[in-house]
Amino acid sequence: MSQLRKSFFHSKLSPVLEWLFILPSLLLLALLALPVLALLWRAGADGMFLFITQPSAMAALRLSLVTSTFSVLIAIATGTPLAFVLARRKFLGKTVLELLIDLPIVLPPSVAGIALLIAFGRQGVFGTAFNSLGITLPFTTTAVVLAQTFVSAPLFVRAARIGFAEIDHQIVEAAYVEGSNEWQLFRFLMFPLAGRAILSGAILAWTRAIGEFGATILFAGNLEGVTQTMPLAIYLGLERSLNIALALSTVLVFVSFLLLLITRRLENHKNRSANR
Amino acid sequence: MIQSRSAREVIFLLSSKIVNHTLLALFLSLILAACGGSPSQPEARTLTVYAAASLTDAFTEMGSAFEASHPGVTLVFNFGGSQNLRTQIEQGAPADVFASANAKEMEALVALDLVAPDAPRVFLTNQLVVILPKNNPAGIASLEDLSKSGLKLVLAADEVPAGKYARQILENLGALYGADYSDKVLANVVSNEDNIRQAVTKVQLGEADASIVYISDAVAVPELQKIEIPADMNVIAGYPIAVLAESANSDLANEFIDYVLSSEGGATLRKWGFTPVGP
Repeated sequence: MSQLRKSFFHSKLSPVLEWLFILPSLLLLALLALPVLALLWRAGADGMFLFITQPSAMAALRLSLVTSTFSVLIAIATGTPLAFVLARRKFLGKTVLELLIDLPIVLPPSVAGIALLIAFGRQGVFGTAFNSLGITLPFTTTAVVLAQTFVSAPLFVRAARIGFAEIDHQIVEAAYVEGSNEWQLFRFLMFPLAGRAILSGAILAWTRAIGEFGATILFAGNLEGVTQTMPLAIYLGLERSLNIALALSTVLVFVSFLLLLITRRLENHKNRSANR
Repeated sequence: MIQSRSAREVIFLLSSKIVNHTLLALFLSLILAACGGSPSQPEARTLTVYAAASLTDAFTEMGSAFEASHPGVTLVFNFGGSQNLRTQIEQGAPADVFASANAKEMEALVALDLVAPDAPRVFLTNQLVVILPKNNPAGIASLEDLSKSGLKLVLAADEVPAGKYARQILENLGALYGADYSDKVLANVVSNEDNIRQAVTKVQLGEADASIVYISDAVAVPELQKIEIPADMNVIAGYPIAVLAESANSDLANEFIDYVLSSEGGATLRKWGFTPVGP
């Protein structure tokens, strides 16, 4: 039965119907692929990629790598416990809490930026308290990390939560009966079992953090070497030097593609081992 | 097994219905779009105006007045840093009128034949002023104080006309406060904003201690504190306006420019802190 269904599903349609599906697909594929190809072609053909060695481009590249790495580390350190609790426990208001955690994923980044400014700005709702302690966040590299964490950590929590939830309860029960304590269960059993989901969540979050633009420019401002990450340098560089903008865009295309490839491989591996 | 087959049938029926309806809707909308080619109201016209961010309030007000005296005409504004707007026009943005905060961006468009050489007309002059948040958290009392270390200063980026003017003024003030004044002030800059209104907002929110903006920006946000810049140290910014060479509405565009240059337009400009050049 399942064999029959599968072969029907994968068989070709009649010629007319076939083109009815292929033509719209080609249109969308063209829209998705052509801009990226044109970008790479311009950057490659005119040797613009070499402009990546310009000091301002290097400063943006370095800042993006450092801040996004910090953002992901924060997401892992605080998001893993949160995901673990959400996957294992049931409590009142859990659905609402999960929605709130997911909200930054769909929130426009400019909204995130204004919200951060209103909350943690020097005159912000909570910022005044920080300010009295001598901590001001806006216009600092810390603000960049906060903005990136705000928009990217939810992606990590979501992936890790699903990873923890998919663990076979019987395995955990068995290990518990065998005498493992709760910390050992987490550290040597559940964390490794959810490892793949955690890793792919971390990579997704990293991709999102590197691409962060709207929240950063509103909350952290724009200063070379301090808050000007790659997306900001691309946007503002467009008016100064198209070359630098193109070079940085090329880097971002390659980095994003590479990270996507890694997550895809992680997911495929998981599916294969699940089917075995 | 029987159950699974019937479920499949239901899904197939449902999906084919949805697909059919979608295709029908697409088909109908295509027909409607084809019929829509002849507009029911022949007078409905849209004029697209790209204008420097500092003109936001004045042009919005003039736009309403112009629309009121030209039935069927809708004005669409795109306000932003002049350098940003110039880039957009270079990339083919469909603008009819461009009003820049400096001559440089207009000249760039003239050089590319996007604006006729004799089209640009300077329609106002603007000057700059130092603004502080209303509670002045850094206790800035004079222009010289801007060089005190530890301040959080926000300027428009060097590419933005207002940012360029501000840096020019800092150079000029070096004659009063010492040759290293400009460097010391620029060391306090914590953000280079994409257009002047972003800088104004950061000061208005109290996130920045000071900025150097147009007098007209300070008029638009009256709660801000101001420190005047001596006339001989200030910059006089001339704003040119022109119809774009490829505008499909050049007649209407010229009518709007005439309105901006008229005494009525001048009154609106003056209200928002500009010095009109016209009558």
